[in-house]
Amino acid sequence: MFEGFDALMLARAQFAFTVSFHIIFPAFSIGLASYLAVLEGLWLIRRDPVYMAIFDYWKKVFALSFGMGVVSGIVMSYQFGTNWAEFSDKAGPVIGPLMGYEVLTAFFLEAGFLGVMLFGLNRVGPKLHFTATVMVAVGTLISATWILAVNSWMQTPQGHVINEVGQFIPQDWWAIIFSPSFPYRLVHMVLAAYLTTAFVVGAVGAFHLLRKRGGRPARIMFSMAMWMAAIVAPIQIFAGDLHGLNTFEHQPAKVAAMEGHYETHEDGAPLILFGLPDDEAEETRFALEIPKLGSLILTHHLDGEVKGLKAFPKEDRPPAEIVFWSFRIMVGLGFLMLFIGAWSLFRRFGPGDLYSDKWLHRAAVLMGPSGFIAVLAGWVTTEVGRQPFTVYGLMRTAESASPIEAPAVGASLLAFVIVYFLVFGAGVFYMLRLMRKPPDTPDTEEDKVPTRAAGLTPAQAVEATSAGGNHG
Amino acid sequence: MVDLALIWAGLIAFSVFAYVVLDGFDLGIGILFPLFKGRDRDVAMNSIAPVWDGNETWLVLGGGGLMAVFPVVYATVLPALYAPLIAMLLALIFRGVAFEFRWRTKRGRSWWDAGFFGGSLIASFMQGIALGALVQGIVIEDRAYAGGWWDWLTPFSLLTGVALATGYALLGSTWLVMKTTGNLRDIAQKVARLSALGMLTLIGAVSLWTPFLNPIYLERWFKWPTMLFSGIVPVLVLACFWWLWRSLSAQRDTAPFLAALGLFALSFTGLGISFFPYIVPGALTIQEAAAPPESLGFLLAGAVVLVPIILIYTAYAYWVFRGKVDPEEGYH
Repeated sequence: MFEGFDALMLARAQFAFTVSFHIIFPAFSIGLASYLAVLEGLWLIRRDPVYMAIFDYWKKVFALSFGMGVVSGIVMSYQFGTNWAEFSDKAGPVIGPLMGYEVLTAFFLEAGFLGVMLFGLNRVGPKLHFTATVMVAVGTLISATWILAVNSWMQTPQGHVINEVGQFIPQDWWAIIFSPSFPYRLVHMVLAAYLTTAFVVGAVGAFHLLRKRGGRPARIMFSMAMWMAAIVAPIQIFAGDLHGLNTFEHQPAKVAAMEGHYETHEDGAPLILFGLPDDEAEETRFALEIPKLGSLILTHHLDGEVKGLKAFPKEDRPPAEIVFWSFRIMVGLGFLMLFIGAWSLFRRFGPGDLYSDKWLHRAAVLMGPSGFIAVLAGWVTTEVGRQPFTVYGLMRTAESASPIEAPAVGASLLAFVIVYFLVFGAGVFYMLRLMRKPPDTPDTEEDKVPTRAAGLTPAQAVEATSAGGNHG
Repeated sequence: MVDLALIWAGLIAFSVFAYVVLDGFDLGIGILFPLFKGRDRDVAMNSIAPVWDGNETWLVLGGGGLMAVFPVVYATVLPALYAPLIAMLLALIFRGVAFEFRWRTKRGRSWWDAGFFGGSLIASFMQGIALGALVQGIVIEDRAYAGGWWDWLTPFSLLTGVALATGYALLGSTWLVMKTTGNLRDIAQKVARLSALGMLTLIGAVSLWTPFLNPIYLERWFKWPTMLFSGIVPVLVLACFWWLWRSLSAQRDTAPFLAALGLFALSFTGLGISFFPYIVPGALTIQEAAAPPESLGFLLAGAVVLVPIILIYTAYAYWVFRGKVDPEEGYH
């Protein structure tokens, strides 16, 4: 088995597969951790038990997602060494310390306080518990910062020299961490994580509203999610545009592939809306294009020059067939998110009602997974778009792999595929099952058990939640 | 002049040791899982649920840290141990998700319990095999692994695999003696005695075998004057074992776990004596393998501040969940 395969292609497939599965969980956990911190903060400030009910609801989902993020992340931290040994030896002195800082400043912080957050409310009291929740949320953001510094250095490397054995030797850490694409990439990814979470929360709220249950918690979830969509989606589109301009400056071949340009347009490039890029024939067939708009977006001039893929040696080009489409999927979903946000504002301030517009709810349910798809499409765009390099312009993917033979890589790839689909498939199923259950509504409990719920303060609610928290 | 490479070798050794003893006891509980039934399983798992994730983070620090400060070791040892490491990673997935998954399903619970047991056992066994393969030595040429794909599989590495899994079972059972009561504690007590005997035997076997794998080890352990120093370790191992046995007989709660930690610390020291000054025995010394000083210094500056802070809040997290596990507690 696997005799006819190329070890490098198998190693790339394995990395792509494991990292794609992995990114789903942090993309969701980053946003959800912040959301949980906000909910607990609102509970402490407003002393309204409804926020604790929503917190408890999402806490269980978070625990599942975080656990899957951890175990799929450990795989990543070893896979550089097992499958990309050349890359690790050469780039390790630069990216290794950054990942070391990620572990020291983020992973320990998250893991250390996660236990307190999940299990410790009635042991430490609400204030310390809130601190733990905030620490977990801050940890997820610090983690994103370091790992995106690593990725950005690989995309736009600077601040290093190369020694006699070919290793990248750090010279200026500030330049390495703040490489040209880093600020854009970080903002774009964190906003993506927030939008991903917002659309999941919004979909769950809408689902329960459609089924006429879930009461106040479902309405609050939906409303908060729609605020996020309305505010963050336009910011994200703006940030994405800036990120694109930054890529145009530093990785013009990637932009050419995203735009489907093979020819260089010296006096104004069109914007190709759709078409079929063909790397063999070096042309985009059936292109539906708007003249000059491509240059206007990328250079802010109607006649600005946009380099095509033919301006780069054939062995240095990314595959446009993939990047062109993944980019369009991401952008298309971004605009759909913007549309949902605008629709919610229209219902909030215009005619009708946010909580009774069935079509808005249906659309929100449909958009539930949109964040994940957009995140994956975005990463495919940026990672396939920087091929054929691991360290852009300096180290080729083909020179980065371990000397491991195809049968070994093929067998491990097969094992990863089976285990990931089995385990994470089950995990996603359990998450969906949790989301299908409506959140507890403290309002109705209040009618049933007036003694316990009378004048609920956080301290009393602790007792209430711990008493009611043992149903598995 | 500060020797950055040596400091980092010490720090990496520390984080590997922290991983081995911390994840060791929760992997051990996984290995013992089939011995418990019903409610006892819930309690055993709840005794580690708040801390296992932090324990496993030391494994990430060991891996990530190695890439940062000894990149050539990371780039040669990991490919050399390809199959056992991939198996370990997959096994860790099964056991890691079981902490949440088993509470989310009634019908499927026994499956995830089986995954928790199997994952813990395989992960432990593979870590032991990896250790044995490293002690045996790996072939490195021109900064790359140059051996075959089954080099790691030898009678010696299988022995270290069994030894580490047994050691983890000892850590897990003494942890449960400390953290639980009643029937569960009684079972743990019995297992602790068995695994202690097993571990002592296996430490002996591995220690007697090791010097014959490589002349360096033989010299280290059986030649004057290092023999004097290295002779102390086996004596201390026996003393530790005696303490463990006595404290179990005296129905002590905490002492058996501490004695088990002591056995691990001594075994680890023994390994250190064998390895030094190599980081990959016979192939790469600590100095040869070190990353450039720019990398070592940059990460060390953070580590000296952050590692103590991490230890403090990790200790706090353990302190929050101190004492015997309340069977009624847990958010599930």
